[in-house]
Amino acid sequence: MLRFGRLAILAGALFLIVANWSYGQDVDSVANKDAIFARPFIFQGNVSKQTTTAIGGYLEGNTNYFVTNGVGDGFSMEMRRFNIFLYSSISDRIRFLSELEFEHGTEEIALETALLDFELHPSFILRAGVILPPIGYFNQNHDGPKWEFIDRPLVSTTILPATLSEIGFGFHGNVPVKTLTVTYEVYLTNGLNDNVVANEINRTSLTSGKGGALFEEDNNGSPSLSSRIGFKSRKYGELGFSYYGGVYNTFKSDGLNLDVKRGLNVLAIDVNFQVSRLRIIGETAWINADIPQSFGQQFGSEQWGFHLDLIYPLSTFNLFSLERITLNGNFRIERVDYNIDNFNETGTKIFDEVTAIVPGLSLRFSRSTLIRANYRYHWERDFFGNPASKTGGFQFGFASYF
Amino acid sequence: MQGRIWQHFLNILLLSGLAACQSFLPDLPEENELLDGPEEGLSTEEQGIFLAGDIAFNDEIFTPATGLGPIFVASSCASCHVGDGKGHPTNALTRFSQTASNEIVNRLLDKGGPQLQHRSIPGFTAEQIPPEANGVSKVVAPAVTGLGFLAAIPDQTILDLVVQQRDEGIVSGEVQWVDVPGYLKPEPWQITNSEAQYIGRFGKKSAAISILQQVVGAYKQDMGVTTDFDTEDPINFSLSANQIDPTIDPEIPASTVNGVVFYIRTLKRPLPRNQDEPSVIAGKSLFSQIQCSSCHLPVLKTGLSDISILSEQEFYPYTDMLLHDMGPELDDGHVDGNELSFEWRTPPLWGLGLAPDSQGGQFFLMHDGRATSIEEAILLHGGESESMKESFEALDRDKKNQIIEFLESL
Repeated sequence: MLRFGRLAILAGALFLIVANWSYGQDVDSVANKDAIFARPFIFQGNVSKQTTTAIGGYLEGNTNYFVTNGVGDGFSMEMRRFNIFLYSSISDRIRFLSELEFEHGTEEIALETALLDFELHPSFILRAGVILPPIGYFNQNHDGPKWEFIDRPLVSTTILPATLSEIGFGFHGNVPVKTLTVTYEVYLTNGLNDNVVANEINRTSLTSGKGGALFEEDNNGSPSLSSRIGFKSRKYGELGFSYYGGVYNTFKSDGLNLDVKRGLNVLAIDVNFQVSRLRIIGETAWINADIPQSFGQQFGSEQWGFHLDLIYPLSTFNLFSLERITLNGNFRIERVDYNIDNFNETGTKIFDEVTAIVPGLSLRFSRSTLIRANYRYHWERDFFGNPASKTGGFQFGFASYF
Repeated sequence: MQGRIWQHFLNILLLSGLAACQSFLPDLPEENELLDGPEEGLSTEEQGIFLAGDIAFNDEIFTPATGLGPIFVASSCASCHVGDGKGHPTNALTRFSQTASNEIVNRLLDKGGPQLQHRSIPGFTAEQIPPEANGVSKVVAPAVTGLGFLAAIPDQTILDLVVQQRDEGIVSGEVQWVDVPGYLKPEPWQITNSEAQYIGRFGKKSAAISILQQVVGAYKQDMGVTTDFDTEDPINFSLSANQIDPTIDPEIPASTVNGVVFYIRTLKRPLPRNQDEPSVIAGKSLFSQIQCSSCHLPVLKTGLSDISILSEQEFYPYTDMLLHDMGPELDDGHVDGNELSFEWRTPPLWGLGLAPDSQGGQFFLMHDGRATSIEEAILLHGGESESMKESFEALDRDKKNQIIEFLESL
């Protein structure tokens, strides 16, 4: 109770400051769909007009000090990501973009994006290659320097499978409707695989269903559909609705029937609003999956989660030769429920849930570079709903495009 | 001088900052509020082995690629033994056999007995209880804390209790004599009968002689994971004897099994709470007065052990490690070994008060979790414990509550 009081005071103080110091931060001028091209190195490449190809990337790292139920492993530093972008404007209407990710040094190296866009018309652009399916807001807009928080949202990474890269094709476009820009995207991809259930997490996990082998061949010859429609206002921001679905299991191989087709459906709603100087970013997602009964109740057929980020510019100032540094006050609340069901045996609720709050501060040197500090406290209840395991900790980090 | 002032100022600021930060971090619960953690006094080397076993027990989740199945009940040890505590009915094991007149007729080993694997990996079919099985027991996983102490009780102590109980005439516990699997080398102090069987002490019906046998059995029967000790996967015989998963056997090495065995042996004893509360003291006295302690024996002592902290230790498990007739209410008709179907081993009561912390916030007691309160569990006692149950029922509400508070304090 006392701790709740402290947190409430902290949050209250933050927003009292916010109410008195407010310096503007523009709402994103690009739609979420085009976020992958809203990267500084591409702007700079275009400005110079000296080359049709640009190289860039970003780097992010942080410190961690976490304690779970009074026990911690001390202070550690984490090299999160070093990502390299390569962009090429092949012609006026054809462009190429790729992203190569090095996570935790060389622990995980992944080709996150390698796509070609053929612009037949701004309202109809063909896209093919390794794409980022538009599930919610985060998957296409995941660059570290864009976010005021060190950890990625749980709903985006553990309910939705961000960052999800898939080989596929489809089309997208922008359609102006009065004062709004309506953006749409529709793609077919290879989809996810059997590891949605056959995984080491011991729960239904779309994140585990990603697989490098799917870049070569679909495991079931049945493509998945991903789509998103967004409504963007220059004044207020963007609201998006997305759907992702398809068969995930290997139901047939070499002409032999191995299982019935097992599908999954994902619905997500995302917001990126600007209310006065307060920026609101959020995403909620619901998943329904056909789980083999033989996997038991540990594997839920429904999952749900959300995150809501509030970002407020507290002050803008100059520091030595660095000009117009913005200090933001930030607050995130998030919750995920990995198993929305009741036990067959007892009729009581299945838990497997995490709830977290993350107040923090960030110093933005520009749109490209920031340092950020977070305090994170989360409550995790296991499958049975035993008393929550409590984790609290502090993080300090940096992120920058280059 | 000014530099020193600044240094002091910065030091104070740093310390204040750390102290302030610390107050925002979750506190360590009281030691007696947790079941997990090692017994005090492990050497540095032993702590390393404990940690390896802890990871294998609590963190390792098997998948089809790492050996799970082909048929199984759970994919990790911790699925059933959350926080090393009692299990939840949803992960209860189903044991079955064919019996007549409370004795075994057929263990149905060629029909998937003695345990049902009701889950399967993709491409395989889970088992169903064969129609021949007329004895079916659901068993909720027990807490695994303090098992090292129970394993270190000399066989002679257990046999002496059988004699003592016969002499006293209140209850009459029996031991379960168990055939020794080939991989198991009994300790020199373990006593054998004329049929080269040894005393079982683990499992609801004392079907396992040692923690090693229990762990090897759990890897195979619960998770479908083969080990150096037992290299055969469980098979759904109703389909085909060829229903074996493609993972190379053994799926885990002896070192992992031994690490888990060491971890379980050295898990701390559940620590009692509120022992100075008058109601707990009164409840403890009543517990003995109505003779519950005839079976739920408060104190036992270990013999010599290869782990020094387990050697010659007095401890308070509230069990006699013997099988007792528990009456028709708890007779599921299933037999695991040489016992009768209504006989169950006295479960240790230590850690009982912490059971809800691993059972989703409520009690699921007795072998199958059918009792959702301590009082309900007491009232399900029968057979040899019938008179104790009646004595409990005859107590007034306050005294009943004192007994319950005492049991919750364990």
